[in-house]
Amino acid sequence: MMQLVLTVTAVVLSLAAGGAIIRIARGPSLLDRVLAADVLLAIVGAALCIDMAANRHLNNLMLLVAVSLIGFVGSVTVARFVADRREKTRES
Amino acid sequence: MNPETLSGDTVIDAVSAVFMVAGALMSLAAAVGLLRFPDLMTRMHAATKPQVLGLFLLLFALGLQMRSWWVWPVLVVAWIFQLLTVPVSAHMVGRAGYRTKHLHPELLSTDELEAVVQQAAGKRGFSDDDGDEASAGR
Repeated sequence: MMQLVLTVTAVVLSLAAGGAIIRIARGPSLLDRVLAADVLLAIVGAALCIDMAANRHLNNLMLLVAVSLIGFVGSVTVARFVADRREKTRES
Repeated sequence: MNPETLSGDTVIDAVSAVFMVAGALMSLAAAVGLLRFPDLMTRMHAATKPQVLGLFLLLFALGLQMRSWWVWPVLVVAWIFQLLTVPVSAHMVGRAGYRTKHLHPELLSTDELEAVVQQAAGKRGFSDDDGDEASAGR
């Protein structure tokens, strides 16, 4: 049964990652791309979780904790950057 | 006694398998939402699903699969850190999206921030970042 679950989740997560990558490539604005990159990070975390659960090891657990701790830094930085740049172009 | 524990094991396996598939489907739902929703705010709504509920389901499945008590505090810590940091990034992205007009105003049912922004623009001359920010936080 675990093999079946692994196959199903691999297919589903691959489709989800493909959708997020399409949005990164096509996204009309920078914020859409950042949001899709966040979703891609969540999908990678989900893949790590499923790997650990299916094979019953805990090698990636600290990586998962670190990702959930500092994963927000990138999007916060880009959000500040976007706000600043738009502000300047509107003033000038 | 032995068949009973075996069936308990099977039940735990089945529950964690269901949780894993559901958590993976959350990611798929986020991807479909990212591709099909029209603007940034609705895409942000879709993007929260794997970050909170999907991670919860997968961590629960992992805890069930490991069958030991000491992993649960680590899993709870991972989920609580995710709960603390996801709203921060969502707030910043949503704020920048509102500022840079990455939204369709005709799709909003209410826009509670608009009155505040108008008031701040009238008071401070719509010039700097700080007036906007202070009144939005009020």
